[in-house]
Amino acid sequence: MLIAGLVWSESKIAPSFELPTPNGTVSLDSLRGKVVLVDFWASWCGPCRQSFPWMSKLYESYSPKGLVIVAINLDKKREPANDFLAEFSPPFIVAFDPDGKTAEAFHVPAMPSSYIVNRDGTILFSHAGFNLKKAGEVENLIQEALKQ
Amino acid sequence: MKRVIQWLFLGAITMLLTGCASMVRPWDRDLLSEKKMSTNPNPWMRSIDDHIYFSKEGSTGGDDVGGGGCGCN
Repeated sequence: MLIAGLVWSESKIAPSFELPTPNGTVSLDSLRGKVVLVDFWASWCGPCRQSFPWMSKLYESYSPKGLVIVAINLDKKREPANDFLAEFSPPFIVAFDPDGKTAEAFHVPAMPSSYIVNRDGTILFSHAGFNLKKAGEVENLIQEALKQ
Repeated sequence: MKRVIQWLFLGAITMLLTGCASMVRPWDRDLLSEKKMSTNPNPWMRSIDDHIYFSKEGSTGGDDVGGGGCGCN
């Protein structure tokens, strides 16, 4: 379950999205100029439980330098997602996409999947699954992206 | 008329062959692992059925959907 694999690391424009959040909407286009970590998750997904505390720490360390985290929830029903959020109370942006349209646009290969979007809107790196051992590599990539 | 029937037959065959080709997307797995998606939602009946299969065929498992998981494999 925790197998994590590199999917591709080519420069490609990230598909734009506009999704509801608990307090308004979030769109990728409005975050141009920032490094964005787009993470697809669901309440029933085991590795997501590990990735949320990690992402919270990441956000605390790098948000002053321009990192934005958008965690897109793909649950069909809102209640289990809300329970999950109540448990972890993430400091970053959480968006809801019950139809999975965004996941389709990003070609999400597994749950969770994360994408680092550069300041110019290109995808720097994508990652399927979550593994704490590999998390350091992702952090290094984010540091590099923030320097650009 | 014969041509029409031939085309209809061809269409039906194509539909039959491609009917099972839809892939389960990773984010749809929550629906698959719901109890109502199980072929036999009654756990008692399932264990009895499983016992019969095991006794008759010497094998068990493979009668259920694959649960949640991260979809990595």
